[in-house]
Amino acid sequence: MSRKRDNYETSRWKKFKDWLDGEISPLDRGMEAREAFFVKEEVSAEPIRQETEGPELSGAGEEERRREVLRARGIRYFQRFYKVMSVALCLGIILVLLWTVASLPITGNAANPDNNEVAARYIERGLQETGAVNIVTGMILDYRAFDTFGESCVLFIGSCCVLVLLRLDSDSKNESIRKMIAESNDRHYEPKNDLILQKCACVLVPVIMIFGIYIVLNGHLSPGGGFSGGAVLGSGFILYLNAFGYEKMGKLFTEKLYKRTTLCALTFYCLAKSYSFFTGANHLESGIPLGTPGAILSSGLILPLNICVGLVVACTMYTFYTLFRKGGM
Amino acid sequence: MSFVQNFPFFSIILAMFSGIVSSVLSGKKARNLSLAMIVVTTVLSACTLGFCLRTGESYTFMMGHFPAPWGNEIRAGVLEGVTAVLFGVVMFLSVVGGIAHTAEDVEDGKLNLFYIMIDLMLSSLLALVYTNDLFTAYVFVEINTIAGCGLIMIRQKGRSMSAAIRYMIMSQLGSGLFLIGLSLLYDVTGHLLMSPAKDSVELLVATGSYRLPLLVIMAVISVGLAIKSGLYPFHYWIPDTYGYATPTGSAVLSGLVSKGYIFLLIKIFFRVLGYGNLVESEMVNVLYLFGITGMVMGSIHAIQEKDTRRMIAYSSVAQIGYIYMGIGLGTTAGMVAAVFHIFAHSATKALLFISAVGLYEVSGDRKDFVSLRGAAYRNPLAGIGFAIGSLSMVGFPMLSGFISKLLFATSALASPHKMLLTLFVLAVSTTLNAIYFLRLVITLYSRPREGDRPLPDNPVVRRSWELKFAVICFIILNLVLGMASQPIVQAITDGLAMFD
Repeated sequence: MSRKRDNYETSRWKKFKDWLDGEISPLDRGMEAREAFFVKEEVSAEPIRQETEGPELSGAGEEERRREVLRARGIRYFQRFYKVMSVALCLGIILVLLWTVASLPITGNAANPDNNEVAARYIERGLQETGAVNIVTGMILDYRAFDTFGESCVLFIGSCCVLVLLRLDSDSKNESIRKMIAESNDRHYEPKNDLILQKCACVLVPVIMIFGIYIVLNGHLSPGGGFSGGAVLGSGFILYLNAFGYEKMGKLFTEKLYKRTTLCALTFYCLAKSYSFFTGANHLESGIPLGTPGAILSSGLILPLNICVGLVVACTMYTFYTLFRKGGM
Repeated sequence: MSFVQNFPFFSIILAMFSGIVSSVLSGKKARNLSLAMIVVTTVLSACTLGFCLRTGESYTFMMGHFPAPWGNEIRAGVLEGVTAVLFGVVMFLSVVGGIAHTAEDVEDGKLNLFYIMIDLMLSSLLALVYTNDLFTAYVFVEINTIAGCGLIMIRQKGRSMSAAIRYMIMSQLGSGLFLIGLSLLYDVTGHLLMSPAKDSVELLVATGSYRLPLLVIMAVISVGLAIKSGLYPFHYWIPDTYGYATPTGSAVLSGLVSKGYIFLLIKIFFRVLGYGNLVESEMVNVLYLFGITGMVMGSIHAIQEKDTRRMIAYSSVAQIGYIYMGIGLGTTAGMVAAVFHIFAHSATKALLFISAVGLYEVSGDRKDFVSLRGAAYRNPLAGIGFAIGSLSMVGFPMLSGFISKLLFATSALASPHKMLLTLFVLAVSTTLNAIYFLRLVITLYSRPREGDRPLPDNPVVRRSWELKFAVICFIILNLVLGMASQPIVQAITDGLAMFD
């Protein structure tokens, strides 16, 4: 009777049943080193693992310790091997890419594949077709406007992700977050009324703002546009905030304003471009006048679109800055 | 031009627009808007599919006033239509099934941000499906990556942060390689739109110039998108990502996001680089090798895993391996099988994640599979859903997984050099799948016993009708894919033929 039981304890069927019940794992042994290397810190599964491994440890302590030493050595060797291999891999990739670049067409050669009818039409007929003196703006906001709409959505979703990460909601259910809010008010540690900074800001901020607005509005006439102008505007806001503090800035710029501006700008962009795509694809006249090239009110939709992009970029930059300084806007 | 032809463009813009509007809505309104938007875009995609089936050909759609090599363009055909409809359905059911848990896992003030991620995720998936322009593809790959990151980290509990960071690093590596590939391609062809780029590539291949750059382009684009879709040696982000996101997040990331990248890769293979050139350059053999390694190794990792959701995640690694194995066979039949497996896997994996959630609910939210013992009696519908999903993954007849295994096997017969290895690995991988999935199913249906940790006195049961609805619909979707596969396979074959 007892013998029969012993047989059952060591039989394959018992092992299979144990495995089915999640008590043993036949593959663990061979893969242990790897598992320990990529440290697993499973919060929920930890107690169970200890439960199953507990009796084994106490039974064969010596054996286990010896194995532990071997395993540690194995990990060390593996780590060294890992470092060497990763350096070798990086060098290999660098070599292949450099070799590729060496066999690419030489920059500026007239016979290059990218000097084709696409670039030719952008240069020759860009002004006439888009009304923009700045060909680059004409390209990104008219020829390939769908991509640019995608890019502004990248900015939008990027700022949404930063909001997810860094905004602290005061009505949060989570205890730790409420604690963080209580600690987060580090604003009273900041130097206040720094005279030198304030005077410099008084001189610089208006100039920066005007320059930013100029870049945005002249995007279709001279180098610049929504992205670069928006960045200049945003940095102007940040400088003002640093010099005069949140209280004064709060009178002008709140989270509500940020949301509304972004919403209006992106909605306008979306609707205007949808109209343009729709008419274009269905071969309808869009009815948007291109104006005289060179005038500020020209080139159809490009000017309003530049303003939209500029607003989104400026707001996003300023929001990022305020969120990274703990607490909301 | 028929009005229906505008629908792909409408669906992309609609998804983006509802994302933008959601930024000022409350969480609940954003959720309803998002659900309505998903339904509408799916209907629009279905109309597009109907149009393409009726006319029997694909068409391109100018995004703006400028024709092909100058302006942006999107393209719709049968394959795009089928994929868009399926993505829409899976997205809708994943969002519906996870509603209760999303509301719980995400803070109230940030609920609308979650649905912004869902909206923009859908728009980027649709754009990846419909695009006919390489740079548009890149822009929407970026949106997809950031939205994926947001979906993981919005849970802000446990290890979801480190999972998000891991996902971001690997994904950015993939995007970077993809961008390098596109820049090199632009340098040697001078085009970003797919059709003119393909003409130039064919010219280059015919004249034999720029051979090395072309090879590097193929390698870099394939590897970049393979990293992003989680092919075997690059899969280390998968278990954490799928294991620690919200249920909707896991279902969307595993069922749709990786499939979107694979679809883009197939599109680039056929419409830009030329599948024949890839076969000639032996690039497909590399993908084939990675694929079959993934099929075996993913299953072995899954057997070792004790946490149910991580187990399902490792099973995804194996299934992605199947898809790349199909691509790597180098025949059209193999490609058809791969595309069908994209559909089968996205329907099944989302079902598994959603029904696993139903099982956790009644087991005190413990993640290890021992605690799930008997869970199928406590939540019968979720148990049935999980069992059907598992059987489908193993390849049980009448379910979608069976058809894709059948297609893989028959297509392997047509490629003599890879036949034996493919059939052997298919058999091994199926057995391994059966080992861990059936162990789970048996655990679910065995009675709890004395040694088990008792359930919490007051197990939080949140049986929502949404979850039941989603599980039932997923089961139906699986049965449809399994039993009415002939028209779908035919549509895939026709759609692939239209790609050339």
